[in-house]
Amino acid sequence: MRLNLTINGAKHTADDVWPGESLLYVLRERLGLAGSKNACEQGECGSCTVYLDGVPACSCLVAAGQAAGHEVVTVEGIGGGDEELHPVQEAFVDAGAVQCGFCTPGLIVAAHNLVERTDEPSDEEIREELAGNLCRCTGYEKILDAVRLAAARKQEAGT
Amino acid sequence: MDTDHRTAGQSGVEEDIMDFVKPTTWEEALEARASVPGAVPIAGGTDVMVELNFDQHRPPALIDLTAIDELAHWDLDGDSVRIGATVSYTTIITELAGRLPGLALAARTVGSPQIRNRGTAAGNLGAGSPAGDSHPPLLSTGATVEVASVRGSRFVPIDEFYTGVKRTALEPDELIRAITVPVARGPQQFAKIGTRNAMVIAVCSFAVALDPHERSVGTGLGSAAPTPRHATDAEKYLADALPWDSSEPLPGNVAERFGELVAAAAAPIDDVRGPATYRTHALSVMARRTLGWAWEEYRCA
Repeated sequence: MRLNLTINGAKHTADDVWPGESLLYVLRERLGLAGSKNACEQGECGSCTVYLDGVPACSCLVAAGQAAGHEVVTVEGIGGGDEELHPVQEAFVDAGAVQCGFCTPGLIVAAHNLVERTDEPSDEEIREELAGNLCRCTGYEKILDAVRLAAARKQEAGT
Repeated sequence: MDTDHRTAGQSGVEEDIMDFVKPTTWEEALEARASVPGAVPIAGGTDVMVELNFDQHRPPALIDLTAIDELAHWDLDGDSVRIGATVSYTTIITELAGRLPGLALAARTVGSPQIRNRGTAAGNLGAGSPAGDSHPPLLSTGATVEVASVRGSRFVPIDEFYTGVKRTALEPDELIRAITVPVARGPQQFAKIGTRNAMVIAVCSFAVALDPHERSVGTGLGSAAPTPRHATDAEKYLADALPWDSSEPLPGNVAERFGELVAAAAAPIDDVRGPATYRTHALSVMARRTLGWAWEEYRCA
């Protein structure tokens, strides 16, 4: 089937989509948006997290047809144009919160959602919000540092 | 509604023909369910998509319920809350924790934020897994499941909904439209055993609801038998044993006895998540603790 999707503000058309296909598969394999990672395919790891109508979801658990007519924002759409990093992405770089990098895109989306919605998140809130994202390099301490840094910078900037 | 037939597949090999049906009205959804035997309804996709991704199940069609506006809302219906079939756990937590504290507590333990944003209590019912987190609070509060087909609607008391492991009272042509849960008239609690706080399928779980108005007690056991179930003897015992007119701590061994009767109602199995003996013991502990929390809330209110 043919699907019309709005991804990162732009209209996309995907053809020959199998009706049982996940949004993740369409993003990566049909539209070349490989930022969202494919790891567990069962919602356990959070590597494929995207915004669906502004709400974080595992794109591996969204049937592609369900996303038609809705707004999808992937990790590619978090930063500004010209490959400009979002402050949350900068904080991940500055804090050294990236090891193998496979979990990073999903964590960026989850952390972005937290920082955008919560001023001065507590450590409990950070842990809770990131509970659906696994880092098998076990780099959680640096990831927590990155989220604290991003939240603190946002507070300082008064945005 | 859109339907489509394709043979190109995710794995690149020839696939069985499958439809994606996206009704925008409830009537269209019922027609689709009736006209394609074996079609699978999908809302949050947190169970259905796993089966598709791993090729464990290849239904003839998916019926996407998320474009039906009426299913995405909850309403106050007299002394009950009617929760539409596609209302997410996140909505239950953020909007219904005051009226339905037991269900909201259980929803809070489901998966992760991403899963709670998509997953639904009706999906828990449709899947019928004895480990589903919604079941114990729905049992303890005496919820009703509204199901329908092109033949008509019916209201299934939650006690009659679960018929076996992953088997329910849902007929092959029926869909779940809503769950009706009485607004809490007293304290409700939920507890769940797992290896961590997030992303855990319950080793076992327990819910208790006190109704001071009726002076009755509701319970629900999860992952403790082939189906979610009540601890009927424990409910009767506790309703008689509680000093409803008192604001004193629980007398004597009431909590312990309640825990024993809850454990006696369980018929768990040994599996990868835990042995039966552990589950039975854990249920008695959770029953004792949740009762303690509920009674503190009641007597201090």
